Amino acid sequence: MDTTVVSNANSQEHPSPISQSLKRLLFSRGSWVGYLFILPWFIGMIWFDAFPLVANIYLGSTDYAVGPVENANWVGLDNYVKMFTEDELFIKSIGNTVYYIVLSVPLTLLLSFGIALLLNTNIRMMGLFRTIYYIPSVIPIVAASVIFLWMFNARSGAVNQLLYAVGIQPIRWLTNPDYIKLTLVLVGLWGFGSQMIVFLAALQGIPAHLYEAVSIDGGGLFARLRYVTIPLMTPTIFFNMLVGLIASFQVFATAFIMLGANGGALQSGLFYMMHTYNNAFRYFQMGYAAALSLVLFIAMFLVNAVMMWSSNRWVYYGDE
Amino acid sequence: MYVTESKVSRWSRQSLIYGLLIAGGLVVLFPLVWTFSTSLKTPDQVTMRSVQLIPDQVAWSNYQEIFDIAPVFLYFKNTMIIVIASVFGGLVTCSLAGYAFARINFPGRNVLFLILIGTMMLPYVVQIIPLFVLFDRLGWVGTFLPLVVPRLLGHNAFYIFLYRQFFRGLPSEIFDAARIDGTSEIGLWWRMALPNSKPVLATMAIFSFQFAWNDFLNPLIYLGSDQSKWTMALGLNGLQGFEGEASSLPMMMVMSVFMLLPMLAIFAIGQRYMVQGVTVSGLKG
Repeated sequence: MDTTVVSNANSQEHPSPISQSLKRLLFSRGSWVGYLFILPWFIGMIWFDAFPLVANIYLGSTDYAVGPVENANWVGLDNYVKMFTEDELFIKSIGNTVYYIVLSVPLTLLLSFGIALLLNTNIRMMGLFRTIYYIPSVIPIVAASVIFLWMFNARSGAVNQLLYAVGIQPIRWLTNPDYIKLTLVLVGLWGFGSQMIVFLAALQGIPAHLYEAVSIDGGGLFARLRYVTIPLMTPTIFFNMLVGLIASFQVFATAFIMLGANGGALQSGLFYMMHTYNNAFRYFQMGYAAALSLVLFIAMFLVNAVMMWSSNRWVYYGDE
Repeated sequence: MYVTESKVSRWSRQSLIYGLLIAGGLVVLFPLVWTFSTSLKTPDQVTMRSVQLIPDQVAWSNYQEIFDIAPVFLYFKNTMIIVIASVFGGLVTCSLAGYAFARINFPGRNVLFLILIGTMMLPYVVQIIPLFVLFDRLGWVGTFLPLVVPRLLGHNAFYIFLYRQFFRGLPSEIFDAARIDGTSEIGLWWRMALPNSKPVLATMAIFSFQFAWNDFLNPLIYLGSDQSKWTMALGLNGLQGFEGEASSLPMMMVMSVFMLLPMLAIFAIGQRYMVQGVTVSGLKG
């Protein structure tokens, strides 16, 4: 098995000149082999990263619908003007997305950090608990969305059945505009496991002598958290926050599956990505949708930049 | 003075932690238990006004009936086409590129590596529409090509990055010795780098499988209009067309079980690698 690759190169009796030189290329050494190895990635990068990035900027300034690209007319900044002046759903979807981000990002951080703290203690069956809390993160998002669609069903859903058992009147989780976004935040929260695992790994890297130092000074649980755990966890908090932000900006599948493409009653679950999707793939307003996606990209970039900038003030990277 | 906790307070703290963890665990697992239970109910059992996790009559026939309602095998086959391309790209193309970035010196390597890192930061939003236009003009919409070709080309900067980090960590001696013996670079990759990277390969295989299996947006965009090309995810979403008919709820839960069981199985087998992968990406990112 181990020698097949090399021996194959020499074993062919009558190789054609082309395949022979190809083989010589593949099995030779030297710096240019590196180019050969990265060639597939490089082609993909040009094709699927560089080209779309440039084309998106161009498309955003056209009225391209479908069909030959030559049909697209240059419209300058019209698409961007239209967003802010004519497209009510644009503003609506921004509001919904901001609502989602503001609730979902901190709640996920708090929950995953809290559970990670509990799981970082010395108690029995810890492995089992870690497994249980991570399981939701491996459940496909479509399955999770369909499951929660029915669990939050107002009439026969399990959530209302449980609430009814303790005397709470049924809540229209997915049809009452006041509750729709909250329900989606709760559904998103179920997958907190991947952030939790990252916290857990970082918590295990905190040297024990730091905790001992706090204990010697007479500090209790709170002091340990305040002076050791949280400062040392700031890089991880920062990382998880960025991951959470990027995901929340682009929230799509859960809402799309649970509410439909229009985002449910009064479009109160219409998120920005859904609005973009609708324009592109339902109304075939490709040019306008490209402009929408560019605005989201810029918004994400700006928020991340602000986060990076603010991180100098509160993220602790050791004694660098 | 070292402060020791009294036994009582330690005991009460432990039981508090247990209590919280068990309560949380029940909440976290409840949706899954409910899914399995509902998938075994008859239509009139699901409309009852109370939660009944163990149905009076267990309707195993639901797991046969689903095949009359949805072409599950076709969905599975379609999904596996994408999954296999992803796993191949993740294991072969990405590791080759990662090897080149880690172990071969070639002019421009650092610049190219910076570009690689740059593409990791690029959110998918800015690519969706131009990519669709591109694939549409190529006549690829409605085929598996838009979902397969990028994967085969190893279009996943993050995997390449992880391979590169791992291969750099391997001891140089084994590579140098083999180089002196005249082994080619591809031989070094195949006989030195890969055999010493089994944990990473396992992580990559699991990740590639997971993302391809779970993906919803891409199959929706490229395959959504042709039911014969649907993946498991699209098939499950498509069952929603029956919403309102109570009979479809157990069926949807059966399909959900089909969708999540492979992931649970992979998690059970490869838990260590999954957790490792998530952790490494978190700490190094």
